Amino acid sequence: MQKFSTLKSIPAYLPIVNIDTDMIIPKQFLKTIKRTGLGKNLFFEMRYDDKGKEINEFVLNKTPFNKSKILIAGKNFGCGSSREHAPWALLDFGITCVISSSFADIFHNNCFKNGILPIILNDDKIKELSEYANRKEEIFVDLNEEKVIYGNNEVRFKVDPFKKQCLLEGLDDIALSLNKSKKIESFEKDLKSQKPWIFND
Amino acid sequence: MPNTLYDKIWNDHLVDQQADGTALLFVDRHLVHEVTSPQAFEGLRNSNRKVRHPKLTLAVADHNVPTTDRSKGISDKESKIQVDTLEANCKEFGIKLFGMGDKRQGIVHIIGPEQGFTQPGTVIVCGDSHTATHGAFGSLAFGIGTSEVEHVLATQTLVQKKAKNFRINVEGKLPLGVTSKDVILQIIGKIGTAGGTGCVIEYAGDLIRSLSVEQRMTICNMTIEGGARAGLIAPDEKIFKYLEGKPMSPKGKNWENALGYWRNLKSDDGAKFDKEVNLKAEEILPMITWGTSPQDVITIDGKIPNPQNEKNEDKKNSLERALNYMGLKPNMAAKDIKIDKVFIGSCTNGRIEDLREAAKILKDKKIASHVHAMVVPGSGLVKEQAEQEGLDKIFVNSGFEWREPGCSMCLAMNADKLKPEERCASTSNRNFEGRQGRGGRTHLVSPGMAAAAAISGSLDDVRKYQN
Repeated sequence: MQKFSTLKSIPAYLPIVNIDTDMIIPKQFLKTIKRTGLGKNLFFEMRYDDKGKEINEFVLNKTPFNKSKILIAGKNFGCGSSREHAPWALLDFGITCVISSSFADIFHNNCFKNGILPIILNDDKIKELSEYANRKEEIFVDLNEEKVIYGNNEVRFKVDPFKKQCLLEGLDDIALSLNKSKKIESFEKDLKSQKPWIFND
Repeated sequence: MPNTLYDKIWNDHLVDQQADGTALLFVDRHLVHEVTSPQAFEGLRNSNRKVRHPKLTLAVADHNVPTTDRSKGISDKESKIQVDTLEANCKEFGIKLFGMGDKRQGIVHIIGPEQGFTQPGTVIVCGDSHTATHGAFGSLAFGIGTSEVEHVLATQTLVQKKAKNFRINVEGKLPLGVTSKDVILQIIGKIGTAGGTGCVIEYAGDLIRSLSVEQRMTICNMTIEGGARAGLIAPDEKIFKYLEGKPMSPKGKNWENALGYWRNLKSDDGAKFDKEVNLKAEEILPMITWGTSPQDVITIDGKIPNPQNEKNEDKKNSLERALNYMGLKPNMAAKDIKIDKVFIGSCTNGRIEDLREAAKILKDKKIASHVHAMVVPGSGLVKEQAEQEGLDKIFVNSGFEWREPGCSMCLAMNADKLKPEERCASTSNRNFEGRQGRGGRTHLVSPGMAAAAAISGSLDDVRKYQN
């Protein structure tokens, strides 16, 4: 997994609440058997008209936001379907940080598996940061320090310590869990004797 | 210390716990479908890893499969690749698969319970957010992403943090024509789509206990629409009776032992819940959604909300956006909403009881001439059962199409979809923008309400058609 430590970008602001994963990447693009190549279809229905032409008013079609690495959005971002195609599409577009006042649980988890940092801030801070999008000014994200720096201001955010470590070091969590093979084996042994029906033996 | 049912299942599956609370949970049951698994199997191959317990995983193709004649296979090239890829992956890694020609094929959340693969007290995961359905059996069941699917295949465990305990109590009796779909829509309207974020919901109260196994599944299924990854109900004799003799249920001595364990699966008296909400069943009415979020609910007697009455600017904008997308005017009566299509099916309402409920309303009636309506049974076994009971004839005689099982127009990945501005009364679970097809407009309802809408040609009150 790609590491995440710091990030500097003009943020794109999408002031919509409850952005669901169907909106982020509609179903017709879930037929792929790959993780890559979804960026061009990110926010497909808001981004293109019926004929497939870019809709100029949509924020990610406008310069400089078509190069934004940070997306600021309304609350409950990523609700709905568990499709990991949503973070894959963001990543493929170049967005590696999403800032919102709340995230849906599965999407939030999926971000960390893909080197994307979801940051939770309160609505007032979101409003302040969105001004930087309006003025096309950069903001700076520092994961190690757990803060967003904007102009002469900064705001702290919280991130789960284990997830933070995985992001900073780009760790493969399957390898980490397999390091605990002894514990898994011992659990399985107990399970076989206590609840044999689980293994259908 | 008294524990909740969620606490108990959690504690019983802890393989390891780090100082910061990050836990490794054992996964008893893993369901796999074609859309969210190919990249996980590819990951295994690239890292030269095996599936740790192939027998604890069950696979089925459901999202992409055609619901019309299957004798010629899948005509959509990409869909076909995905379904073929699942088949090849299952063969390579030794996983049991119900293929498209198997009568046990169906929606992943319908076949799990049907086969007895779903069992009380287990941890069940699937790369699909509606995995919460299985919580109706008193299991901890939740949706995961594809990276997590790969993690489960490789390790039979999952990295998790404990969620909060949230209990929703529903007491009393439901009025005539009101179903568990109306109960869950009412709950989502009350708590909002982020109301359960970070929580596991336990549904309790005498109304919940009085519900059938299938009605319980409808409630747990839509837990995710309330923001919680998992919803569960303490298992009881109805659950045990349902599971007895199912192909993958425990047998003989294992059955006796399992029963002994299952009977203790309930929240202790005095267990602490971080959050609690109470509802009275008598006050629940037939519901519809009017907007583009499952929390946008009103009763069938209600009116479309007016953004002018909303003081919060964000909420006002979001109301206006939803009304605009849905092509509705403020203050319009719900019953004046004319529909073009009706879809009965999905993991929310594609089980035999759902079909019976709709058929009861449709018997000896014809659907409105401008309405195109279809029933997509949740599985091959549901379809077979319905045909044995003659339900297919009731549907067909009334003007419905009788289809093959799959996810179908719930998410419109196959050929079944709405055209722009087409309006559908749907028994599925999501009314998001574009969910049933680009520009399509979805109103979520119960199966009986969907049948009533088909007859009237507009959203209508199912109580009018009670026999």
